[in-house]
Amino acid sequence: MMNHVRSILWKQLKDTLKNTAILIQFIMFPCMTIIMENAVKIPNMQEHFFANLFAVMYIGMAPLTSMSAIISEEKESNTLRVLRMYNMKAHSYFLGNAIYIISICMGGSLIIGIAGGYQGIALVRFMVIMLIGHVISMFVGAAIGAGCKNQMMATSLSVPIMMLASFLPMLSTFNGTIEKISKTIYTEQLYLLMNKTADSIVWVETITVLIVNVCLIAGCFSIAYRHAFKED
Amino acid sequence: MQNAIELHNVHHSFKEKEVLKDICLGVNKGEIFGLLGPSGAGKTTLINIMTGQLRPTGGESLIQGADSHALSGEQYKKIGIMMDHFGLYERLSCYDNLKFYEKLDGNRDENIDRILKKIGLLEAKKLPVAKLSKGMKNRLSFARAILRKPDILFLDEPTCGLDPNTTEELHNMILEEKARGTTIFLTTHNMHEAQKLCDHIALLHEGIIVEYGNPSELCRKYNHQRRFMIHLKNGNDVLLGHERESADAIANYLKNDELETIHTTEPDLETIFMELTGGKLDQ
Repeated sequence: MMNHVRSILWKQLKDTLKNTAILIQFIMFPCMTIIMENAVKIPNMQEHFFANLFAVMYIGMAPLTSMSAIISEEKESNTLRVLRMYNMKAHSYFLGNAIYIISICMGGSLIIGIAGGYQGIALVRFMVIMLIGHVISMFVGAAIGAGCKNQMMATSLSVPIMMLASFLPMLSTFNGTIEKISKTIYTEQLYLLMNKTADSIVWVETITVLIVNVCLIAGCFSIAYRHAFKED
Repeated sequence: MQNAIELHNVHHSFKEKEVLKDICLGVNKGEIFGLLGPSGAGKTTLINIMTGQLRPTGGESLIQGADSHALSGEQYKKIGIMMDHFGLYERLSCYDNLKFYEKLDGNRDENIDRILKKIGLLEAKKLPVAKLSKGMKNRLSFARAILRKPDILFLDEPTCGLDPNTTEELHNMILEEKARGTTIFLTTHNMHEAQKLCDHIALLHEGIIVEYGNPSELCRKYNHQRRFMIHLKNGNDVLLGHERESADAIANYLKNDELETIHTTEPDLETIFMELTGGKLDQ
């Protein structure tokens, strides 16, 4: 099993260097955080403002679109079928891609965190929140990629979902109605976790929303993934 | 002796449409078997069933005695499949594509250069697959299929759309694999390819096998005309029947040094297919 996981990791690393669309997803927000945190200084601006804003966009975008693109491309080009013939199990394939995506996204998150001025325990807390977000988004991407027949279908489904997950937390700061809707999405709850202190967080609401989101996504993922690794 | 591939009453439907009807076949070990039929006859569906990618609606498909749909990882190691650019990663180089599959099997990459040289892609080893021509992609796809030194090789339209030189090269590689003892199942709508390579063929039409046999024997079997076509040095063509009197006529042409060429008039596989189905192979 570990041999297959390592092989997938090797292949993805080689492939990503030549896949600019995916590469941009991984480096865009860390770069934007560095630029904005250093270029824009507004009096009374909330601490870690740009880091938190771009971090939640990073969560909603990078793991979701990259996982969806990787799986749907493998399905479209029939390489997933060949992998099955090489005795590749669904869990090995997912684990290989998951390690690859999470590692890169956590690297990007660390850059965002440091650029945003996080240090010590605060940085660790930030990274844990990022990890939770990346894992959930990655499952959303895997469900989309596995459920769609080709890349075009996957893109047309992942883009609106990615937009909702990435931009609703930012838009909710300007509009109360959007905030009510946004609170039901995991990225908004993670955004609140980043911005609020432990005393001011409504833990019941946050944990309930995260659990419901995870259960729904896990259900979709389970159905789509089992279908993708079985016969077409 | 057990057949390498056996199909017992295999049928398959996509929703309402029945694409394979009661297919029964046996492919001997070490032979090249050709499945001939026009596009849409069900050739690729049959390969998908035999390689365990598709479960048939009914019937049984056996690879070396094992159910195609329940092949283990070890059994899959003995099967090579070449379908339309099947299993190639477009952004990876030729070398990295093969290296990835070697890594999956836990092998080192020591054989890759040898195989790339064999298929004539050693100089293009660093080129990404996306930049290869159709012929080069087909050769790389063939290399991927033979990487595991398979006992059974499935080739789906291996030379479709290739120029004559590349086709010839691929034919030689297929024959080399046969010489190694590999059983080869190939689909084609190219009658010349089938006649040149195959020990046995089956003609597939609308999901039914309408004829089976050795290509030369089939041509003789359907030789209803039984005639000699004689081309004379003066430019005239003469058709003579398989009769006693024809022997004297031919002897005279030879004595008088009038004979340029002489051929029997067996039909080719295309003509046989047309006779049996009313359709053409290369539709």
